[in-house]
Amino acid sequence: MSSITFIEHNGNQHQVDIEEGKSVMQLAMDNGVPGVDADCGGSCACGTCHVIVDKNWVSAIGSANDDENQMLDMTPEKAETSRLSCQITATDAMNGMVVRIPEFQM
Amino acid sequence: MTKRCIIIGASHAAAQLAPSLRQEGWEGDVLVVGDEPHLPYHRPPLSKTFLGGEKTVDSLAIRPKAFYEKNRIEFRVGRVTAIDRDKQTLTLTSGQALSYDKLALCMGSRVRKVTFPGSELEGIHYVRDIADVEGIKHHVFKDKNAVIVGGGYIGLETASALKKLGMNVVVLEMASRILQRVTAPELSEFYTRVHTEEGVDVRTGMSVSSIEGNTHCEKVTCDDGTEFPADLVVIGVGILPNVELAEEAGIAVNNGIVVDSFCRTNADNIVAAGDCTNHFNKIYGRRIRLESVPNASEQGKIAAASICGIKKEYNSLPWFWSDQYDLKLQIAGLSQGYDQVVIRGDKNTSRSFAAFYFKAGKLISADCVNRPQEFMLSKRVIAQNLKIDPERLVDDSTPVKELL
Repeated sequence: MSSITFIEHNGNQHQVDIEEGKSVMQLAMDNGVPGVDADCGGSCACGTCHVIVDKNWVSAIGSANDDENQMLDMTPEKAETSRLSCQITATDAMNGMVVRIPEFQM
Repeated sequence: MTKRCIIIGASHAAAQLAPSLRQEGWEGDVLVVGDEPHLPYHRPPLSKTFLGGEKTVDSLAIRPKAFYEKNRIEFRVGRVTAIDRDKQTLTLTSGQALSYDKLALCMGSRVRKVTFPGSELEGIHYVRDIADVEGIKHHVFKDKNAVIVGGGYIGLETASALKKLGMNVVVLEMASRILQRVTAPELSEFYTRVHTEEGVDVRTGMSVSSIEGNTHCEKVTCDDGTEFPADLVVIGVGILPNVELAEEAGIAVNNGIVVDSFCRTNADNIVAAGDCTNHFNKIYGRRIRLESVPNASEQGKIAAASICGIKKEYNSLPWFWSDQYDLKLQIAGLSQGYDQVVIRGDKNTSRSFAAFYFKAGKLISADCVNRPQEFMLSKRVIAQNLKIDPERLVDDSTPVKELL
């Protein structure tokens, strides 16, 4: 089984199984990973599913769309590899990917 | 004895409160009693992508069954008819009694129903739950006529979805403008323009007097005698908080179940979260009741902490969103009481602009149409009580990042 690891701000790790086709946000929700609020349920409206993708994986997951970039741009904890996890569709190719969750969701 | 926490309402609030109980260390039983045959699901898509056919019932679920099983969160379909606070028991319609150690009221709200001659005919629907929208879908046919009663967000989102599905759509609003209760006239004007451009007939100052038809609705008649053919009528005229159960149990209710900053009611061992609560908002300095998913989730977390004896104080900026056509509206804060509106961008010909609401020189709210950066900026400015100059906001050539 392929999996993704979420790392909370406090260092807690959550390894969750990948279900292809679901968003990375939904995988976090399905597994009760704290720190991914996902207030809007995945419509790219809230910016509360912010994650920072390990830089080795950036090319594999593609880049953020315009709306997403604009939301992230105003997020204080934005890093170079920030993404809204609702906009990343999980695939088995992401096996082993690590994403960090910021301390606060805006 | 194992302790038991019962959550009434399989709602957005419950979907957060139940797992948060586990995160906060609750080891006892968790039982959610809800009156729909579904696990908690996302309601906002009902009038948008679920009506539009892009989402299925399964994809609406907030969390999957396996998650609840793994976390020992049990669900029961039923309706609670009474709370006995002294005995700490609930009675269900079946007559069954359930005892609790901790109780969470997450009953949400229900649609406000209207009655006029013909309001019981087939083909007349409201929008609140999955069954409502499945009912609407039975009457959706290309080139047939849909009449929407109520020009609020639900009515307008439904109009947008039905138009996309090929229906002829009329929106009837009683007030002199759509969205009157929640936005500035500039927004009402904008949404009227877009709906008109999309081919929806928006009529204001229209009160429905009756709906006619044999067994199925055929025609809506207004006070002034205007008639509209109707194969489908969708009514969206607001919601009411579900407070009666609490009220009958002697729990304080005042435009919602009254809770403190920790989501505690005035009754021992009973918390409340979500649409059904009346709570104090620090940012606005007043008590409010919200019809909002983010609030339900946030209060769910706080209420769960309270149940576990942990004090987490509620301090959130309300926010909302609405999707219609190619418009993503994001609303930061509450605009009630504003004394100045400034517009950034072209609201008259484009589909991207933001309206900022000020009160005594302070930003209190923003309606952002296809303007995610302005939305995020506003959230920050309002929540952190930062200063922002209205005159600079108006200048659309200044990048958003430089406005602070």
